[in-house]
Amino acid sequence: MTATEPAPSEADSERHFERYFEDVIARDQRIEPRDWLPEAYRKTMIRQIAQHAHSEIIGMQPEGNWITRAPSLRRKAILLAKVQDEAGHGLYLYSAAETLGGDRDDLTEKLISGRQKYSSIFNYPTLSFADVGVIGWLVDGAAICNQVPLCRSSYGPYARAMIRICKEESFHQRQGYELLMTMMTGTEAQREMVQDAVNRYWWPSLMMFGPPDDDSPNTAQSMAWKIKRHTNDELRQRFVDMTVPQAEALGVTLPDPDLSWNADRGHYDFGAIDWDELKQVISGGGPCNTERVERRRAAHEDGAWVREAAAAHARKQQQRKEVAA
Amino acid sequence: MTGEWPLYEVFVRGKRGLNHVHVGSLRAADDDMALHNARDLYTRRNEGVSIWVVKAADIAASSPDEKDPFFAPSGDKVYRHPTFYDIPENVPHM
Ligand SMILES: [Fe+2]
Ligand SMILES: [Fe+2]
Repeated sequence: MTATEPAPSEADSERHFERYFEDVIARDQRIEPRDWLPEAYRKTMIRQIAQHAHSEIIGMQPEGNWITRAPSLRRKAILLAKVQDEAGHGLYLYSAAETLGGDRDDLTEKLISGRQKYSSIFNYPTLSFADVGVIGWLVDGAAICNQVPLCRSSYGPYARAMIRICKEESFHQRQGYELLMTMMTGTEAQREMVQDAVNRYWWPSLMMFGPPDDDSPNTAQSMAWKIKRHTNDELRQRFVDMTVPQAEALGVTLPDPDLSWNADRGHYDFGAIDWDELKQVISGGGPCNTERVERRRAAHEDGAWVREAAAAHARKQQQRKEVAA
Repeated sequence: MTGEWPLYEVFVRGKRGLNHVHVGSLRAADDDMALHNARDLYTRRNEGVSIWVVKAADIAASSPDEKDPFFAPSGDKVYRHPTFYDIPENVPHM
């Protein structure tokens, strides 16, 4: 640079960074922490990661409900490991949110005050042990459909968390399906429990993919930023296509009279989803919304003294070290 | 409040013979708790044989921007690479 050249203005360097950001996205590379980001990208990403983290954390409750009543030590050990994984998933994701400047305390506060949402599916009750199997098969199955493409999300820490999560989800889905297979070879009453759980969880599982594409205003921007790789309806169709043969192999009926193979499309057609129900559950009116958030709040508040004691202990240890030094 | 608990970055050696690799972060009151939490969070399936934790505040980092002049010194030194040198085909084992 020569002395006569004017110093670049702030707007110039902002444009330079923006071009660089867009270039990284265009070349399908990853955005990394401390990169310059458009503020809207940062906000969208923090919100998406936080809501995903909240879903993992709240998602421990429906299944956790059955840990003490698991029918065998084997099933109990498996269920404990699964629920512990979900806690882990939540923590990987809060860790990713922190790389964008999201603060864990603040995110937890937003969850327990109802200002941030989590997946609608966890607002349904778990009425029998078959629900544990159906959640593993359908709910974790739907989560896998959603999450596999997110392993290529443009934000590096989120994509890496997703890779770790997807590896573990496979265990979740398989243990659920195996549990159901076991029940299906049991008594008539057990088979009825499985069918009943499938009847209750099928439609809410389809709703996990979110509103239909023509009612999903943020999808276009998220796809342009490569935060999202497929639309809600594409992923929902993929899930239906994957699940139908699994249901046949299991010997259960999916509760949709309109479900049938469409040879022209090369996909299964399926019936209309009750979007009013999704809206109602998302806006707090599902069967268990209040219970789930209250449980999370109680756990957070009951744990306050432990967090304070640990911090006090750490301070004391530090002081002792300084005196000794 | 976890706000009082510092952020730790976690590095795991997957197996003997490999370097420690950054796997993520966590919050803990002190180093001991950070190590235990890291074990529970990042090595539930034998993903590691050794863990390092370090307070995020203690890490000095370059900017991740690839066009950062910080990395410019190595950009024009092609002679550091073996392919820079032409060796006749008939010279063996090189
Ligand atoms: Fe999960
Ligand atoms: Fe899962």
